[in-house]
Amino acid sequence: MDWTALWLSIRLAALTVVLLLPVGIFLGRRLAYGEVPAKGFVEALVTLPLVLPPTVLGFYLLTLFGATSTLGGMWQALTGSPLAFSFEGLLLASVIVNLPFAILPMQRGFEAIPREIREAGACCGMSPWQVLRRVELPLAWPAVLTASVLAFAHTLGEFGVVLMVGGNIPGETETISIAIYDRVQAFDAAAAAKMSALLLAVSVVTIAITFAFSRRIGRRLG
Amino acid sequence: MQGLDVTLRQDAPIALDARFETAPGEMLALVGPSGGGKTTILRAIAGLYRCREARVSVDGEIWSDSAERVFLPPHRRRVGLVFQSYALFPHMTAIGNVAAALDHLPAAERRRRAGELLELVHLPGLEDRHPSSLSGGQQQRVAVARALAREPRVLLLDEPFSAVDRATRERLYRELASMRQRLSMPLVLVTHDLNEALMLADSLALLHRGRTLQRGRPADVLQHPVSVEAARLLGHRNVFTATVVAPCDAGGFAIIEWCGHRLEASPAPGFAAGDAVAWMVPASKVVLHRRDRPSRGTTENPVSGIICEHLLLGDTTVSVLKVDGVEDGAITFQVPVHVAERNALGVGERASVSLLASAIHLMPPAAET
Repeated sequence: MDWTALWLSIRLAALTVVLLLPVGIFLGRRLAYGEVPAKGFVEALVTLPLVLPPTVLGFYLLTLFGATSTLGGMWQALTGSPLAFSFEGLLLASVIVNLPFAILPMQRGFEAIPREIREAGACCGMSPWQVLRRVELPLAWPAVLTASVLAFAHTLGEFGVVLMVGGNIPGETETISIAIYDRVQAFDAAAAAKMSALLLAVSVVTIAITFAFSRRIGRRLG
Repeated sequence: MQGLDVTLRQDAPIALDARFETAPGEMLALVGPSGGGKTTILRAIAGLYRCREARVSVDGEIWSDSAERVFLPPHRRRVGLVFQSYALFPHMTAIGNVAAALDHLPAAERRRRAGELLELVHLPGLEDRHPSSLSGGQQQRVAVARALAREPRVLLLDEPFSAVDRATRERLYRELASMRQRLSMPLVLVTHDLNEALMLADSLALLHRGRTLQRGRPADVLQHPVSVEAARLLGHRNVFTATVVAPCDAGGFAIIEWCGHRLEASPAPGFAAGDAVAWMVPASKVVLHRRDRPSRGTTENPVSGIICEHLLLGDTTVSVLKVDGVEDGAITFQVPVHVAERNALGVGERASVSLLASAIHLMPPAAET
């Protein structure tokens, strides 16, 4: 069992969710309430990582992160280390890859709140920020949870993009999915089996938790 | 100026041309067919809709003024709005819904005040229920309590009785009527039900396609529509055209000629002899002559004909009388069921009625379209 790779995967997945939550809430809500110019284009762009082959996406991200590109160059100048093949680069890539997993469910969640209920918040004297905190988020909470779980689980299992952008540097960019592949290549089937079983268990538990939560909330809101 | 003062005007996307004011404590009913822009007007008052040309002020405080580029967002207008769907917060209890609009009070006082408001709307013992386990009438009461919680400077009610059954509706009418005596702010009630307006409101604005056709006391508007269009919107079916013979005769009545029938009507100083005119009589002011015992009243604008439609509506009947010798002269009238039975009213039967002269109202003829 490669504990370093597991810990790195969990850290990556957790940080991805933390970074994606505000982005998803902001963009998912704006998309749901039609407050985005060129809505169709933005939606298509957000959905793109879902249909693009991971290697293709990984290739473009690698090009974008490379020291010769503007972003890669700026990062290098700021931090003194390259963005490609680093944990930070991997995290940024992971956030981009997971955009559709976070934003689309949240958009549906916000869309499901009737307009009058949001307006009632304003008529009760709540500022837009208070309406978000006291009315929209509590009602869209199952969707936010689903989005987080999906992004978390997807990050744990992401392979193609990670390999392209991060390579396979133990402790820096080697995630558990890569470690499994690595063990299989080295004919260490026992270690691969253990890690696969662990990922399976984590996936089952997260899905069970999500379902249980959404059902409970669904019952309460009736 | 005290009270609510509203002017709204725009051509698109929703045509609006409405102007009205409502004094403190007065209830104004906005009446008109669905899709007539009534809800949009309420939303514009609450700041939920931005009208191109708008001026909304309450007790002299400007909420919207497009000329001065003033537009207060809804949470900064002290407005109470009861939505048609009630729009209760589904994740909060009844008392939580009301307390959500009590941010202006210290946290410790909110629950007590919310409890008082629920008591005001006769909803004790259900404080901790979620909206999904309340009946339609109970939800409406929570919505009213929540709208009142903010101590609004104006209370807006958007078809608040349309989603409850008839028995509940009648109880809620009585409750609202009695609660009104304790409310000192202007109230605006949107409804498509004229009876609701007659029962509850002090004044009425008749709206069609966003335009105010007529304003006045509900009973006045109902009996004296300004135009054929207004009469039709108010549900009058007895609207016909005639020629003025005399605008005011010696007996204090106007005389009109309607397809060979000479009718006395309430005086209409705006018309001259020979003018084409539209006239109407409310169905409730058409009196059926008794078959067995003709009375003196039968000399007042008598017309007779054959009944061509006869409908039972609860404890009254609605009949349509095809008047002898008049091409499109179908007079609709209502009588209680027992009167209809005693006089053996039915399709194909002959009947004669009197059109009460004081209730015949003259209007300018409808414009050719």
